[in-house]
Amino acid sequence: MQFPILSVIVFTPMAAAMLILLIKSERKNEVRVTALAAASLALLLSLWVYFSYDKAAAGYQFVEKYNWMPMLGISLHLGVDGMSAPLVLLTGVVMFTGVLISWGLDDRPREFFAFLFILASGVFGVFASLDLFMLFFFYEIAVFPMYLLIAIWGWIKTREYAAMKLTLYLFIGSVVSLIGALAMYWQSGLHTFDMLALEQAAFSPAFQKLWFPFVFFGFAVLGGIFPFHNWSPDGHVAAPTAVSMFHAGVLMKLGAFAALRVGIMLLPEGAKSWSWLIMGLALVNIVYGAFIAMVQTDFKYVIGFSSVSHMGLVMMGFSTLTRVGLTGAGLQMFSHGVMTALFFAAVGMVYDRAHTRDIPKLGGMVKPLPLVAVAFIIGGLVSMGMPGLSGFVAEFPIFMGIWQVKPLVAIIAAISIVVTAAYIMLVIRRVFFGNMPAEFEGHIGPITVQDKVALVFLCVIMISLGLFPALMVPWVQTGVQHLLSLLGGA
Amino acid sequence: MTIILPILPEILLLALGILVLVLDPFWKDENRRLNLGWLTAGGLFLILAVSLAVARPGAEPALVFGGMLRDDWLGFIFKMFFLFGAAITALFMMDVEGVGRRAESYFLLLAATLGMNLMASAADLVMLYLAIETTSIPLYILAGFLTGDEKSTESGFKYMLFGALTSAVLLYGFSLLYGFSGETSLYALAASFPTLSLLALGIIFLVLVGLSFKVSLFPFHFWAPDVYEGAPTPVAGFLSTASKAAGFAVVLRLFMAVFPSLAANWSVILAVLASLTMTVGNLIALAQKNVKRMLAYSSIAHAGYAMIGVVAFSQLGAASTVFYLIAYILTNLAAFGIVTAFGRVAGSDDMKAYYGLSRRAPTLALMMLVAFLSLAGMPPFGGFVGKVFVFAAAIQQGWIWLAVVGVLNSIIGLYYYLTVLKYVYLYRMEGEEEEKYPIQLSRPYAIALTILTIGIILVGVVFAPWFNLASGAAMNLF
Amino acid sequence: MEFLLSHLLTLILFFPVLAALVILFLPRDEVTAIRWTALVASLVPFGLSVLLWMRFDSSAAGFQFAEQYPWYEAIHSTFHVGVDGLSLTMVLLTTLLTPLSILASFSIKERVKAYMILFLLLETGMLGVFLALDLLIFFVFWEIGLVPMYFLINQWGSEKGERTLWKGIKMQARNYASLKFMIYTMAGSLGLLLAIQMLGVLFQTYDLPSLYLKWNALEGTLMGLPVATVKAIAFWAFVVAFAIKVPVWPFHTWLPDAHTEAPTAGSMILAGVLLKLGAYGFLRLVLPLYPAEAQHFAGALAFLAVMAIVFGAFASYGQTDFKRLVAYSSVNHMGFVLLGIAAAAKVGSNNPDMALNLSKNIALNGAVLQMFNHGLSAAGMFFLVGVIYERTHTRNLNDFGGLFPLAPIYGGILLFTSMASLGLPGLNGFVSEFLVVRGSWPILTVYTAIAMLGLLFTGAYILKGVKQVLHGPLNEHWASRGEHRLTDINAREIIVMAPLMALILVIGIWPAWILEVINKAVTMLF
Repeated sequence: MQFPILSVIVFTPMAAAMLILLIKSERKNEVRVTALAAASLALLLSLWVYFSYDKAAAGYQFVEKYNWMPMLGISLHLGVDGMSAPLVLLTGVVMFTGVLISWGLDDRPREFFAFLFILASGVFGVFASLDLFMLFFFYEIAVFPMYLLIAIWGWIKTREYAAMKLTLYLFIGSVVSLIGALAMYWQSGLHTFDMLALEQAAFSPAFQKLWFPFVFFGFAVLGGIFPFHNWSPDGHVAAPTAVSMFHAGVLMKLGAFAALRVGIMLLPEGAKSWSWLIMGLALVNIVYGAFIAMVQTDFKYVIGFSSVSHMGLVMMGFSTLTRVGLTGAGLQMFSHGVMTALFFAAVGMVYDRAHTRDIPKLGGMVKPLPLVAVAFIIGGLVSMGMPGLSGFVAEFPIFMGIWQVKPLVAIIAAISIVVTAAYIMLVIRRVFFGNMPAEFEGHIGPITVQDKVALVFLCVIMISLGLFPALMVPWVQTGVQHLLSLLGGA
Repeated sequence: MTIILPILPEILLLALGILVLVLDPFWKDENRRLNLGWLTAGGLFLILAVSLAVARPGAEPALVFGGMLRDDWLGFIFKMFFLFGAAITALFMMDVEGVGRRAESYFLLLAATLGMNLMASAADLVMLYLAIETTSIPLYILAGFLTGDEKSTESGFKYMLFGALTSAVLLYGFSLLYGFSGETSLYALAASFPTLSLLALGIIFLVLVGLSFKVSLFPFHFWAPDVYEGAPTPVAGFLSTASKAAGFAVVLRLFMAVFPSLAANWSVILAVLASLTMTVGNLIALAQKNVKRMLAYSSIAHAGYAMIGVVAFSQLGAASTVFYLIAYILTNLAAFGIVTAFGRVAGSDDMKAYYGLSRRAPTLALMMLVAFLSLAGMPPFGGFVGKVFVFAAAIQQGWIWLAVVGVLNSIIGLYYYLTVLKYVYLYRMEGEEEEKYPIQLSRPYAIALTILTIGIILVGVVFAPWFNLASGAAMNLF
Repeated sequence: MEFLLSHLLTLILFFPVLAALVILFLPRDEVTAIRWTALVASLVPFGLSVLLWMRFDSSAAGFQFAEQYPWYEAIHSTFHVGVDGLSLTMVLLTTLLTPLSILASFSIKERVKAYMILFLLLETGMLGVFLALDLLIFFVFWEIGLVPMYFLINQWGSEKGERTLWKGIKMQARNYASLKFMIYTMAGSLGLLLAIQMLGVLFQTYDLPSLYLKWNALEGTLMGLPVATVKAIAFWAFVVAFAIKVPVWPFHTWLPDAHTEAPTAGSMILAGVLLKLGAYGFLRLVLPLYPAEAQHFAGALAFLAVMAIVFGAFASYGQTDFKRLVAYSSVNHMGFVLLGIAAAAKVGSNNPDMALNLSKNIALNGAVLQMFNHGLSAAGMFFLVGVIYERTHTRNLNDFGGLFPLAPIYGGILLFTSMASLGLPGLNGFVSEFLVVRGSWPILTVYTAIAMLGLLFTGAYILKGVKQVLHGPLNEHWASRGEHRLTDINAREIIVMAPLMALILVIGIWPAWILEVINKAVTMLF
């Protein structure tokens, strides 16, 4: 019997959460150490899964299937393919660095890490799930901890509002998809929620055309698609640092991935009919997101809107339904995830010391926080799509894909690159260089070892992927290959 | 022997009740009185175990006692859950002032449970009516048990009046049924039920009035908030769960087994009523500032969700309703139990009193989290699975709009459940000295809540066995 | 040795990165160690490129020392590098100027470690552009070169000076210059990026040699438009991107600010190598890929070139800031490069006329040689400006005067280098400018004639500059007795200038050794 590695990955955070809840409230260090141990384990296992994935064989690997409810065809069916393996790895990375960044959290760390890990389990579950029911199960598990994490530990000014808005938006999106999914379940006549079987279900084009929007856009809400992106900037800003890292870095990918997995892969004809709409909305995301980011005065809002813009690129890649476009989208999910985790970590470090995120009030942070500045610059370059870093490796194929379908859209979308460059450079200059306002003199302490490890780790990933695309592209390609076969070799 | 087995639970209930009454004078001492509660709860668990061991129905349902009762899985499963609910309620009742140390309250509880058991397995109109009354009357008294409390008296009185009225209407409906078919046995009735006509619809309407009261379906839900608020909290919990479930058992039996020929008509009516129930319940719950009232309205809404399964007139529909009720019984009992436990110490049911609960009693707060999220329909709790199945049943039968309404209502529900959790976890008490005001849980509460919490998670995660049970119950309907 | 020769280009290209990594781990305070490590490390690629030069077969056609490794297979891009005469010259220039610039940077005292790392990374970026035979790799290195330059100007540029933007917002001059440089260049490369994407999509490859063939063979309609239209648009996209870099009038406005505010070594490299990237782009990409469009628009290009020559000279003449004067002189000199290219474009790729073809080759030879020569002389001029700035802390020509007796060696070197810039026969500038003029005259007579005007004014501004610094009445401020005594050029600085001067002289007298290499390449160009 093969070692059930995926189940271990999925349930380790949950088990760790239970364990953490049993530790006494006052023993904060024990809580942190336990959390780090669990996160490290998850990271190591996800690395192992990623690198042992057999690209030549392709398809779904590390498959486990346990009958959960045979009567309705529900099973705990786990497996990864080339598209989800990088995302599992991403979750491991963000979880690990998130724990490191949250080391200094002093207000009820026990509950914080417990909820964070429940969230992590949900996320792992969605990425690894090959059963539609279980996908929803894990998806919903990922929703409610967000509420608590933001409402309790978030930024005092907007946390309640942002948390409620986020939770309701996500819940609405997920239940809309649920209805679509149930419709699929009944229509297929197969009496199973097994996605592998449903992939072959051959729904009628009319059915697909009707139900695709439900499923795709329901999940895409979590991916931040315009006009349902509204929860994202507020949510990002209100959340505490590690939660923002998770939120932008992983959660939004959850939405995009589920939209891909359930929407495009199970209803390919529907995808083809509606791709124009996705493309249009994604274009708005990309351009509008970039422009709005430029006028923000709050450091974190800049990053928040930048996320909206970059997720637009992911959706755009999906909408092309071409090999390169989909490859780029898969890569962008990973690259942006790491990049945005880095951004939020850096922002958090600045905020914790300066106690303000107002850009006009900041300045000269490079002196006391040189590593943060360098890390942020690298992140910024990734965001601009600078060649040599992972952002270019991801964005370039997406643009190639757009060219194949609608060149004009590619040209319009390219505007965002310049705008992104402009706001990133401006923010870097205003926050890190220039003169430090007098009130911060001597109050900006250095970052901790944990912070440094996290930042360096994230930078190394982005640089490595940028220089050696072969580290991830072949994986994504196998996944895309499968996708294309479902689309009818388009 | 075989003749007793089908009604073994009821016989044992009766015996337990008599035992409680008999032992009462011997345990005059205040402290000893608590043992009555332990006796009731323990006894109920024992009955539960024994019934599960020996009194399971056979493969084929059979009419027993001259056709009065039907020994089938539907009835059996409901009975087991009534016993369970009563046991938990007994545990909750133990520490309530004015209720926990009175033997009468336990006896009334047992009597009501007996009535519910009969309701679940009734196969004859007369039996059905008797069972309904046997259930209701003790509950009227229990609701108004705290004679010194105005609200309690009002609650009991209101409950009785409303109940009496609707039960009269129900009886009239039953009499018409008998009049036009000449049968009192439910299953024989099914055969000779008049086809679509004003009369048939009229009968259904009358029956519906009576049953809607029991399950608090719009527009006969008005009594619920006041009654729940006034009654002693464990009683409210029992009312909102077991009593409602009993009503559903009757609804299932009647509508699916007796009135199937008119399914096309009554399903529409029920669908509309269910939507209205859910919507009204959720919308008004939004505005509540008192936790008990909020839970009351939320319970009304949940009746709506469960009804969706009935509307989806199918095996899956029935099974999903039963499953939903199982999850709901566990969840709502937990919710009311937590409110009781808290109310005892804090002395208030106002939402403001819950500020900072997570710091005063972290474990209790966690249980509240579990219960409320289950009510909202979040995994990995039972409420999620229940809702998914109910919506699945609806979609299977083409009731897409109903599923959409259900979904939209879930969203509203999520909002107010999260708001309460927000008060518990985020807000602080005045003065922020939560450590000075811990909430202690007494032994019965700790036990009961632990069982319930584990149950909610269990039903939410390992739901196959429970659903199999529910399916088994559903199959026996037809 | 085998390994060395078979991976020569990769070694040259990535050695600076390795060196940068090593420096990363040196302690920040060991300034001397950092400087010397950087210097020695930068000499290695120079040595390797000399080796490359010697092993290069100038009689063989095509690219040599080619290496190809899979890189981004999903989009059909490989890491393909190779040299021909054109790129070899540029590589030599780059690897020569970098150590000299690093030696010149020994006077930088703040954050030496970061400075050196950025400089080395910049070198890799520039080398990558010259060596790339894959369009995507070309673009990658093109962009990579931007970031270090931005920071070099931003952080180590001249501290004085402010610019007032709209609404009275003031910005430090170096910030303004660096931002303008970056945004301008990136905006320009946007068009390039889009065109490259389109090419990649069309041909499923980015390999230059195969693209040359396929792109020119394309016919019919493309995306609903006739091929000719698409090609024209793509042509202008490429041209704009490179024109900004050269810089071609009117896209030159970033240059004076960037050059002036950059630190000395930054200006050396900027003028010495970075501008050549643009011209290289024209030669390597624009002409071979778009021969027909280039021919069609050659007149426009020539016009812009002549504008650059003439206005560059006029602008230079009018400056009071020494560095700005030299900056505009770059515009002026690069104009000649573009004139040569425009002339070659006008002749086209398959012209039957032998005489015209000869002229075309001459013009191209001149253009490429001018690239090399200007690299040497501009670097030298900027360095010399830097020498005097370090001592006097002013670049205002009016502040100087009669410095020759105070700093005779410096004066001599300055004269020598200015003469090279002016185009004095016997020095390198003359050879390349003559070739360009000789080559362009039969092809673009009128434009060349107007360009001569510019040549006249070149002499004017050079002499003016030299006069104001070295000759005339001595400015007492710097006199030997006062506290602001001017010291002469020191040994390190002489070592920086020496190789440049040597090459300037050698090429001026005996240019054959380099022209041989260049000639073969340009005849095969298109």
